[in-house]
Amino acid sequence: MSAFTAIGEDREIDREEFTPTLEPQATWCPGCGDFGVLKALKQSMPEIGRNPDEVLLVTGIGCSGKLNSYFESYGYHSIHGRSLPIARAAKLANPDLEVIAAGGDGDGYGIGGNHFMHTARENHDMTYIVFNNEIFGLTKGQTSPTSPKGHKSKTQPHGSAKDPIRPLSLALTSGASYVARTAAVNPNQAKEILTEAMQHDGFAHVDFLTQCPTWNKDARQYVPYIDVNDNDDYDFDPTDKGDAERMATEAERSLYEGEVLTGRFYVDSERPSYQEEKQAIGEMPEEPLAERYFDDDYEWERTHDMFLDRHK
Amino acid sequence: MTDHELMWRIAGGSGDGIASTSQNFAKALMRAGLHVFTHRHYPSRIRGGHTYTEVRADSEPVRSRGDGFNCLLALGDSFARNPQEDAYYGNEEVKPLAENLDELNEGGVIVYDTGLLDVDEIPNFEERVEENDWHVYPLNLREIARDHGREVMRNTAGVGATAALLGIDLQYFEELMAEAMPEEILEPNVEILHYTHDMVKEEFEFTHDLRVPEGSHDEEQVLLSGSDTIAYGAIDEGCRFIAGYPMTPWTEVFTIMSQALPELGGISEQVEDEIAAAALALGASHAGVKAMSGSSGGGFALMSEPLGLAEMSETPVVLVEAMRAGPSTGLPTKPEQADLEHVLYTSQGDSNRVVLAPGTVAEAYEQSRLAFQLAYGYNIPVVLLYDQKLGGELMNVPASHFDREPNADLGAVTTEEELEEAPHGPGGKFHRYRYDAEDGVSPRSIPGQKGGHFLVTGNEHNQAGHIDEDPTNRVTQMERRMSKLDGIREFLDGQSTQTYMGPDEAEYGLVTFGSQQGTVREAVERLNDAGHSVKGIGVSDMMPYPEAEMTEFLESVDEAVVVEMNASGQFRGLTQKELGRFGGKLSSLLKYNGEPFEPAEIVAGFEASIDGEDVPDQQTTYVPAAGD
Ligand SMILES: Cc1ncc(C[n+]2csc(CCOP(=O)(O)OP(=O)(O)O)c2C)c(N)n1
Ligand code: SF4
Repeated sequence: MSAFTAIGEDREIDREEFTPTLEPQATWCPGCGDFGVLKALKQSMPEIGRNPDEVLLVTGIGCSGKLNSYFESYGYHSIHGRSLPIARAAKLANPDLEVIAAGGDGDGYGIGGNHFMHTARENHDMTYIVFNNEIFGLTKGQTSPTSPKGHKSKTQPHGSAKDPIRPLSLALTSGASYVARTAAVNPNQAKEILTEAMQHDGFAHVDFLTQCPTWNKDARQYVPYIDVNDNDDYDFDPTDKGDAERMATEAERSLYEGEVLTGRFYVDSERPSYQEEKQAIGEMPEEPLAERYFDDDYEWERTHDMFLDRHK
Repeated sequence: MTDHELMWRIAGGSGDGIASTSQNFAKALMRAGLHVFTHRHYPSRIRGGHTYTEVRADSEPVRSRGDGFNCLLALGDSFARNPQEDAYYGNEEVKPLAENLDELNEGGVIVYDTGLLDVDEIPNFEERVEENDWHVYPLNLREIARDHGREVMRNTAGVGATAALLGIDLQYFEELMAEAMPEEILEPNVEILHYTHDMVKEEFEFTHDLRVPEGSHDEEQVLLSGSDTIAYGAIDEGCRFIAGYPMTPWTEVFTIMSQALPELGGISEQVEDEIAAAALALGASHAGVKAMSGSSGGGFALMSEPLGLAEMSETPVVLVEAMRAGPSTGLPTKPEQADLEHVLYTSQGDSNRVVLAPGTVAEAYEQSRLAFQLAYGYNIPVVLLYDQKLGGELMNVPASHFDREPNADLGAVTTEEELEEAPHGPGGKFHRYRYDAEDGVSPRSIPGQKGGHFLVTGNEHNQAGHIDEDPTNRVTQMERRMSKLDGIREFLDGQSTQTYMGPDEAEYGLVTFGSQQGTVREAVERLNDAGHSVKGIGVSDMMPYPEAEMTEFLESVDEAVVVEMNASGQFRGLTQKELGRFGGKLSSLLKYNGEPFEPAEIVAGFEASIDGEDVPDQQTTYVPAAGD
């Protein structure tokens, strides 16, 4: 019998199970876009049929990192920029878990940029939600990697001289097998995309546009948005990488010109996930490693029997 | 130590097979019944450059490199002869011979390859041979190898020659070669081995009297390095996940684990950097797998933040720190023990981690197991601190030392049955961080367990894991986390993890930690033989510090010298800080030139300390006691 009976439980899941009854101390500002992510995430849990005990939500540091406080599940509020390495190892240790990583644009594209590139490259089977509000929220409004060029803040008084990061293109070129962008102001699409991302077998990157009314008042509320998959003007095939790259580039350019393009940019359901690749070459067990520690019948090997002959 | 001990040094260019040849040499002598110990010296480059390995062998147990050496096999540096010659400075070509003569003992034996080395290029060679009573056997190893096989087999020719000169039975080498080599290269190698052996016996008149000592073992022995035993200890303790990024000398443990884990159904991950590596280990551990990561100085610096997170979140993990000489990139391939303070105090906040520093190859196995027991038993990060010397040296250990039960116990975790009974907060959140935990250890649940969900955070948090800045909560949780160290100290006191040397009663003490333990032991023996009254202690618990044991030891002696491989006396400093006294009793003998101590240096340092004289050797530094 599994030591993790919460996993795979067959019952109706109510989204309210994911709402803490205790009002968390960590509080987002009224009107914060982060509430949109929270809502969409909670709504998608019944869709994928997961309960709070089988979900591991790993966050970084930032306002976005406080997501855990509002979401009832196994949670790991880690350190700035490091949610991905923690999350992907947990998934390797127990692939039966639903593993979600989340953080801000500073967290994910700045300090954690290297991990983003490598997690996408390896195509870990997990979902990564980046709360993209084009600003550092928690540290009070500094310029972030997605702030537009010329963006003025207390630490960039003359305006940023840097071009913003292009997260969709970065995810694509790094090897993510699912790339989407949605917005807090678009709850229906957000729920749909998060559901699809979690069901996707591989690294699913969701750039989630969220507004920060406190520090980024100038920023658009990301309305009106256009869903590129539902609009004939943007005739493209998200399973074609070339198409996806063109579309992503277009969406990233036009965002800074006031046009908000959202939707699925790339879906590759053929590419094996990292864990499948690793199992195929014999570097990962078929059964979840974590289960083994609870299996009283498992015979643990000894180096004395396995390796000492080499040293005689 | 007996009069007949062999201290054989093989020297050549990096990449010329010095390491594998010396390893086989040591193994052959071990199979012949001797105790062996190897010491490795290599520059920070891949091909070319001077490198050597010493194999010390005796019928009695050997625990250090010894003083100097008495038999040199100087192979040429083949790379120094290739077209890139201009890229070298100095006289690289003769280095395998010239560089090693300074430490060759009187009456020593020299075998060198005339095919690659020219003694005319070495200043005053003849005079020095005469003066030191060296016995020289020139041989064209290169030609022999080329005639009977391939030039790269020069090593085998050299081994055949020294075997003849020292009286070692070729059978052991043949067996080892047969075990390791494919047919097509085995044949010429065996031929070269015998040819050179017989030729040396026929053509030379032996003027030296150094012969390999005789010995026998009561039980089967294995030849292992500190890196091997750290890895094996981890595996036997149920570690099945490792994440790392290469950095010398930690790479050895990482490599051994990466090759072993897939065979055991475990997982190894080479990742983008050390921050990620440590974070992965935390993630795997959190999800219910025994996990480790590690690095050397610079890489460990990057792990500082995940280490703090492990402390605050009480995620068990073992981090290995393989010291090399610093600061910064320092001497990448040379040993030093100067990261002690780095490992004790890195990361923000008050440390509540465990730091263990094994002293020998055999002890590294035990301490590696202990590291996992403490980490998982107390939900706390444990750092296993060792250095390039211990990681790379090979020593024989009885195979029975490793004949123990595996232990995959996950430690302080709950089961689903226990979760049903356990206290929960609003929303069904499990009380992961209970105020009333016994010994401060509040058991964790594993994601996927029913009824066990909770929040881990690097922020201060309440019983359910929610971020909480209430002062009373803060103090309660701080005290609970810190109190685990008291329990661990008590547990360790019951294990007696420190190593005692010499007589129970003595006037003076030698104190050391980590890899210098064997050398200090040898020095203690020699000093007592010479009529001094000295005992020694090799300390392996750095945090929590063995207060009671050290107090007792230091109270029992009039004065003590702390022997360590760093410039600032970090372990002496720790001892004084932890015990709050003994400042007037403790002096330091330090070495930080990139080479480990030799026993004679410790003997000389000790004698100078009691005579109030300067240490004769320029390579070590004596710092007298500060006074209370
Ligand atoms: C190593 C480290 N550097 C800096 C910080 C301070 N810090 C906390 S949150 C943050 C930026 C948050 O911005 P973002 O990731 O965009 O998230 P948001 O708050 O906007 O959701 C910074 C710099 C930290 N906690 N750790
Ligand atoms: S500062 Fe901005 S991002 Fe943070 S909670 Fe307030 S509105 Fe949201």
